Amino acid sequence: MPQAPVVGIDLGTTNSLVAYMEGDKPVVIPGVDGSNLVPSVVALDPIPANGGRPTVTVGNSARKSLIENPERVIYSVKRLMGRGLEEVKNELRFFPFRLADDVEAGEVPRLQIGELRFTPPEISAYVLRQLKRNAERFFGVPVNQAVITVPAYFNDAQRQATKDAGRMAGLEVLRLVNEPTAASLAYGLDRAKEGTIAVYDLGGGTFDISILKLRDGIFEVQSTNGDTHLGGDDIDNLLLTIALDEIHAEHGVDLRAHPGAVQALRKAAIDAKVRLSSEQSAYFDMELPNGDRYQREIPRNVFEVMIEPILERTAGPCKQAIADAGITPEQIDEVVLVGGSTRIPAVRQLVDRLFKLGERGKKPHTDLNPDEVVALGAAVQAGILADSSEKTRDLLLLDVTPLSLGIEALGGVVAKIIQRNSTIPASAVEYFTTGVDGQTNVAIHVVQGERELASDCRSLARFDLKGIPPMSAGLPRIEVKFLIDADGILQVTAREQRSGKEAQIEVKPTYGLTDEQVENMIIDSYDHAEEDFANRLLIEARNEADNILRAVEHAPQNPAWMQLTVEERSAIATARERLIEARQGTDVTAISQASVALDQTTRRFAEMMMDAAVTTAIRGKTMDAAGNELDDKVTAPHPMAAAEFK
Amino acid sequence: MLKIVDSAVPVACWSCSVARNASTLFCPNCSKIQPPATGDYFAVFGLQPRLNLDLDALEREFHRLSRRLHPDRFARASDSEKEWSLADTALLNDAYRTLKDPLKRTEYVLKLHGAEIGEEHSGNRQDPSRAPADLLEEVFELNMQLEEMRMARQMGDDDPEAAKSLSEAKRKFEGLLQEVDRDLRAQWTAWEEGGDAQRQTAQKQMVALLDRRRYLRNLVRDVTETLGD
Repeated sequence: MPQAPVVGIDLGTTNSLVAYMEGDKPVVIPGVDGSNLVPSVVALDPIPANGGRPTVTVGNSARKSLIENPERVIYSVKRLMGRGLEEVKNELRFFPFRLADDVEAGEVPRLQIGELRFTPPEISAYVLRQLKRNAERFFGVPVNQAVITVPAYFNDAQRQATKDAGRMAGLEVLRLVNEPTAASLAYGLDRAKEGTIAVYDLGGGTFDISILKLRDGIFEVQSTNGDTHLGGDDIDNLLLTIALDEIHAEHGVDLRAHPGAVQALRKAAIDAKVRLSSEQSAYFDMELPNGDRYQREIPRNVFEVMIEPILERTAGPCKQAIADAGITPEQIDEVVLVGGSTRIPAVRQLVDRLFKLGERGKKPHTDLNPDEVVALGAAVQAGILADSSEKTRDLLLLDVTPLSLGIEALGGVVAKIIQRNSTIPASAVEYFTTGVDGQTNVAIHVVQGERELASDCRSLARFDLKGIPPMSAGLPRIEVKFLIDADGILQVTAREQRSGKEAQIEVKPTYGLTDEQVENMIIDSYDHAEEDFANRLLIEARNEADNILRAVEHAPQNPAWMQLTVEERSAIATARERLIEARQGTDVTAISQASVALDQTTRRFAEMMMDAAVTTAIRGKTMDAAGNELDDKVTAPHPMAAAEFK
Repeated sequence: MLKIVDSAVPVACWSCSVARNASTLFCPNCSKIQPPATGDYFAVFGLQPRLNLDLDALEREFHRLSRRLHPDRFARASDSEKEWSLADTALLNDAYRTLKDPLKRTEYVLKLHGAEIGEEHSGNRQDPSRAPADLLEEVFELNMQLEEMRMARQMGDDDPEAAKSLSEAKRKFEGLLQEVDRDLRAQWTAWEEGGDAQRQTAQKQMVALLDRRRYLRNLVRDVTETLGD
């Protein structure tokens, strides 16, 4: 069996993608429905009555459950990765899902989905497994190695959580790459570029700015900054909050009590946001449970005033990154825009102002699809690691750590040992001693961040140096080596120098899972023999066929069925027959193709069903803002955006 | 009294057993990556410790070594080679970061030669009693202004006059900083080209200049923070 290439994965807040190097060119691998984007949405059905594991659906099919069954669907889980209980609680104010009650401080928070509980890395692992499967279907061989992208401003815990998710999904994560840096690789591949570029990456949930120097195929990051909680989601939440408040104030209806209705309204808000990127005005028009109508026009200029405080939050990090790179905006040769939110005209105006582009006769680069460019760059990095392509042979990425690493010193003050924007891998050696005669343990508290007090920084871990030979106070000399690896993750080793004894370190991550916990959360067996694999592909293809067939079987019971033309209904019937026939055989490709064919003939029907579901969810009859435009070429990256309806 | 770290201890290559210099990162015989070097940051670049450096050449060498050492080049190598690549690259990066920066480089060279350089305490405000003697009066006055400004800010007042005089003071101290930098560079050459006695004098001068510089820089930072720009 031929070896599968190392794949590059963009594990996004809103959408995820998998790509690989096809010869010298990075290419996105589409899912079974033909779509390049897999919405980062996971639906978990209840455990079957006869036991076994719950059915998990990921992507577009999971999205359909958002409105019908919001309490069983998780989205935007990236915002919760590597975060503590308090932060997650705060974050969840805007989400329909909730935390398990019995989570204790210091534990990784778990989400409660019906009777099931999952940590954020487990949910991400389901998304990753789906991407892995898509790639395996595409190549016909197992895919076990990947490069995964993370926001440049992700801290140690968030990176570790992402790596854990990869392991749970049965992927060996060869490298974590920062998203803006990956994007620069995709851009720089075809042009032997020299100069200084800035990558402005505003996605669904995170914002990054990176400044790089390109020289002789070396992409050297000079500085990076960002906000791991800033993105298109915030705009959606703002529009949603305004609409909910207005509906409450003007019509006396509190939709917040109806999760399905909130999701429907969120969808309308996202549609409005997307439309305002190309049009001067957007409308909300929906019928409320009490029979009233909520009608609201949002002109673009009003929208821009509303979102200005959100966009303005990207200015500070940009200025800091420019200052940290030791340059002025005029010295930046090119600006690359990444992330779906950079489609918003106001964002482009802001970028123009921050980098003085217009006045220098320049424009930001947008030639690569902002939703795909990160995944393409991840594939390039995968190609570099696998040394698989002539084109990537001379490329090298030198990234930096986004946050300073420090140790809590006396009085709770932070002693910085590795400064932010240091090229990684980076290391620092510190010496510790004891304060009491015969002391055999020394505790070290490692933090990440720029503030002066440890309590204001992000706690990474507490290391307990154990087994120090008993000596007089101050005599032991314990050498501790801190090393930030190429993934931006901290490794620590320690040695007592006077006795030469390797000190034992007990690492207690402040916000992470232990190795053992990760091991227990692996969702797929690592090693599958080759015949197993072929068998699994067949089983999966048949399962997929069954899912589609089941949906089509129930279709005539849906009121939307009657709205289809006679031709459409007969085309569906034919495609259905073909799939049933293919499913009886063992040809995986034939089954998959027949599944895609049936899926495509039922697409308009699916749209109408979704429309109907939206309407039922708010117990009204129509929701023009959400329904009318589903045929538009909308590609906004969000679980609720109509990305697959083209 | 000069303590040059001797790194020319031969050791055997793990792969081909040929003796090599312990400060090289690759075996000269079989080109295999070696465990982290025992030499100083200069040895990583094959240089003798020095203060006047050709930064372009340093960058080129940094890129050349990065291409060979970086963990990206060892994604499919043995575990020990992976480990050495990680450690070697960290050393290379630490070395480049230190040597490319004129101040860090000066501090590093002086430390290699046994000088004691004041440690940084980034958190604390400057203690006026530690001010360089010739600046005592001005630092005293500046601290008064800073205090007044902070008080005014706390009360929610805006005092454009005070801000203006603070900005002026900031410019002045920035000018002094540049002066220190020029003085430091002048000492580099004295240190490198002079005899033992001159070298000792230059070293003392540089230690004092670095202290002064640290003090000035923290002052400027305090003013910048208080002005909030």
